Amino acid sequence: MEIPFTSKPRPDTGIYNSKVGIWLFLASEVMLFGALFSAYILLRVGAPEGTWVHGLLNIPIGTFNTAVLITSSVTVVLGWASLQVGNFGRYKFYQAITILCALAFLGIKSYEYREKFLHHEVWLNHKIKVKHGHQEVETDRIIGHLEYEGHHQYFWNTKRLKGTPEEKDKDGKVIKAAVPPVESFKMIPDAFHYTMTPKELAHARKESAGVAHEEIEIKASDVKRLSAFVPSHSTYFAIYFTLTGLHGLHVLGGAIVIFYIWGPGAKMWKTDPQRYMNRVEVSGLFWHFVDLVWIFLFPVIYLL
Amino acid sequence: MQATTHTESHKGAHDAHHHHHEPGFLQKYVFSTDHKIIGIQYGLTALAFLFFGFLLMLCMRWSIAEGANAAQIKDYVIRPIPLVGGLLEKLLGDVAPKGIMSADLYNSFGAMHGTIMVFLAIVPLAFGAFGNYVVPLQIGAPDMAFPRVNMASYQFYFIGGVIMFVSFFIPGGAAQAGWTSYSPLATTIPTHGQAFWLVGMVFLISSSLLGAVNFIATIIQLRAPGMTWMRLPFFVWAQFVTGFLLLLAFPPLEAAGVMQLMDNVFGTSFFLPTGLAVGGRLADVSGGGSPLLWQHLFWFLGHPEVYVLILPGMGVVAEIIANNTRKSLWGYKSLVYSVLAIGFISFIVWAHHMYLTGMGTKISAFFQTTTMIISIPSVIILTCLFISLWGGSIRFNTPMLFALAFLPMFGIGGLTGLPLGFAAADLHLHDTYYVIAHFHYVVAPGTIFALMGGIYYWFPKMTGRFMSEFWGKVHFVGSFIFMNVVFQPMFIQGMAGMIRRMADGGLNYSTFKNPGAVGGLGADVMNMHKIILIGAVCLGLCQIPFIINLFWSIKNGKKATSDNPWGSTTLEWQTPTPPPHGNFDKEPIVVRGPYDYSLPGKDKDFTPQNQA
Repeated sequence: MEIPFTSKPRPDTGIYNSKVGIWLFLASEVMLFGALFSAYILLRVGAPEGTWVHGLLNIPIGTFNTAVLITSSVTVVLGWASLQVGNFGRYKFYQAITILCALAFLGIKSYEYREKFLHHEVWLNHKIKVKHGHQEVETDRIIGHLEYEGHHQYFWNTKRLKGTPEEKDKDGKVIKAAVPPVESFKMIPDAFHYTMTPKELAHARKESAGVAHEEIEIKASDVKRLSAFVPSHSTYFAIYFTLTGLHGLHVLGGAIVIFYIWGPGAKMWKTDPQRYMNRVEVSGLFWHFVDLVWIFLFPVIYLL
Repeated sequence: MQATTHTESHKGAHDAHHHHHEPGFLQKYVFSTDHKIIGIQYGLTALAFLFFGFLLMLCMRWSIAEGANAAQIKDYVIRPIPLVGGLLEKLLGDVAPKGIMSADLYNSFGAMHGTIMVFLAIVPLAFGAFGNYVVPLQIGAPDMAFPRVNMASYQFYFIGGVIMFVSFFIPGGAAQAGWTSYSPLATTIPTHGQAFWLVGMVFLISSSLLGAVNFIATIIQLRAPGMTWMRLPFFVWAQFVTGFLLLLAFPPLEAAGVMQLMDNVFGTSFFLPTGLAVGGRLADVSGGGSPLLWQHLFWFLGHPEVYVLILPGMGVVAEIIANNTRKSLWGYKSLVYSVLAIGFISFIVWAHHMYLTGMGTKISAFFQTTTMIISIPSVIILTCLFISLWGGSIRFNTPMLFALAFLPMFGIGGLTGLPLGFAAADLHLHDTYYVIAHFHYVVAPGTIFALMGGIYYWFPKMTGRFMSEFWGKVHFVGSFIFMNVVFQPMFIQGMAGMIRRMADGGLNYSTFKNPGAVGGLGADVMNMHKIILIGAVCLGLCQIPFIINLFWSIKNGKKATSDNPWGSTTLEWQTPTPPPHGNFDKEPIVVRGPYDYSLPGKDKDFTPQNQA
């Protein structure tokens, strides 16, 4: 039994089956990301004052990543076009660049994630004096690196300060050693805070460039809340990590499919070239969509 | 010499042929890519979940009825659930002490009853089972457009079902926040049931996504030659629109599910407002989230989902009615345009579930208007089906009885929805038993009756044998009576102010506990709980003949004498019985519309679509 129109287009609709399938699938993907973007709007509009984070993402790196992804979209098209004229070698070359771009994108994104996990914000019970560049300001909210026992720490939160008792299994064997409570830790504060207006923030950044940061000792008893820049820090980071994480998964999925067609699945070029070209086209359509999502994501999350 | 070679090569070809068609049991029945096998897999799994969901409800009904007893007798001691009480205690532990259902367990069962019935029983039965089995046959296709995706769709559904089922047995039990899983409640309940629920939902959503893509692509691409859009049977149209609803409405819930999972697992505050207090203490969260956001995203799926539940049922009923009145459907084009209109409008009515959330009167006014508008195409469909009966020589067989009962039952369900669509009336009726009665009339005696009719109707095509007519009629009459015994009193209870989701059936709001209270629930209203319990038990008993009939008839039912025993016009009856892998002996060429019954000048009272 053969399913009709798997490789040749149906005369009255003008397209083959999997192309209908991928467009429908992309329609549902639009709804998926659309819902998340709507959530972004609602959360941002409803955010209480001083809680919406902005200006903390690394724009140059984000821009570079955008360029990487756009490059991959171009090579996908060039690869497909090479196949159309029967140049399998050139297709292999272009599609290899696509896959490398995908990996580069994911690598850069993980670096950005790590940078965030190393940063912390601390909410204090009372105001203290901090140096912002050359001037001193009073504030109860500080962002910056957290140092404890001589190391930069990541993923710290309020709970971590209290420590945890040791955990034993049924036979009394210790499965998790106790974590002693923290009395005090050091912060290496940034000379700015995201509650500043964009102008103030840019100014503070400029002023503090090259000025050595002063460590401050913070007592755990003074801390109202402590959080690394992780999803639970604020609704901004929640939607940031969810959106970029989901997008990253799409990049990974797309890269795996393109790699499969490029490598182990390439035998089909010999047996059924038309169907093989269709596969490349369909995976390419998905890739463009993933790219398009990023084109929306970048300005919304990095720039606005 | 030449003749010998010929015979030999023919024999060889035959052997190869034979070999090709002898897949192992696993490949034939478990990992099959044949749309008919997948349809049957969906059907049996969904029926099992339907039964399971019904049993959950019986346990809850016992708990409610005991509350009604406690509202009459002083110092009443709650009795354990008969038959299964001990089993529940053994399986689930502390939540069912001495076989008595705790309020926590009631909440779990309530949430899972809704989830199972909607996502694991009705949708898979209506869309997965009937859609899979019938749609490719009716459009004259050899299979679905993507057979392997089809198989994956069933497997995702199965995994999702297993996760949901397993969640009953984890410490703390299954999800307790209702099938709607409103935040912050869903996040602040300290058990892990909700996380299981969310992961299960992600699987189920992925399953229906794959299914929807496949159905729509199949209907667009694989229609037989001559099968133009206006020659499609109405059932196919209904499934087509259903496919679009699933495709576009489910992803926002998937997004919402991911966000709630983030809230539950990673401590984010997507749906948790600033200043949220849990157990009298300020919760350790960033806050700043929006509980309304969850409701918007949930109901953006939730309302189209209602039409996912009902449209396939309407399609089945249309097929059965056309066949058993022996005349064409009245207003085929109106039916098609109405079902399309429903599809579009169903995306802009969702917030009528949220009048009481304080989202604002202007928004309420908008959604009230669209809600009234969507009732128009629904009424058109029902009217067309009613008028189709006019002047027909009706055959009252079991499928037709179910289809006929569908019409008034769905009518009651639909019309009682209008007061809920008005914001002013909804103030009083919101979250009461009136709402329960309303949507159960749509889905239980509505959709389930339609699907039951569909099972009796297509059974001869699947097996080559009829189900027993006598026991079918017993099943029908019993179900029809007791469905109404169960759901009719709920309208009255709801209007009297009985709120839903109370494990003790409203004991603490009864006049017994609060003598002289204005608006307290009187003994008459409380007593209806007992009538409903009896009705529900009897309804369960009436399904026994159906279950036996279904399995007994596979081997022992009356043989169907031809491939087209009902004398039908649509293409699924033009295949061998049961249809082989690949369906048609030769590709059908369609030359006429779907319901050419009793054409003048023909010697038979039906003319199939592929016959001149």
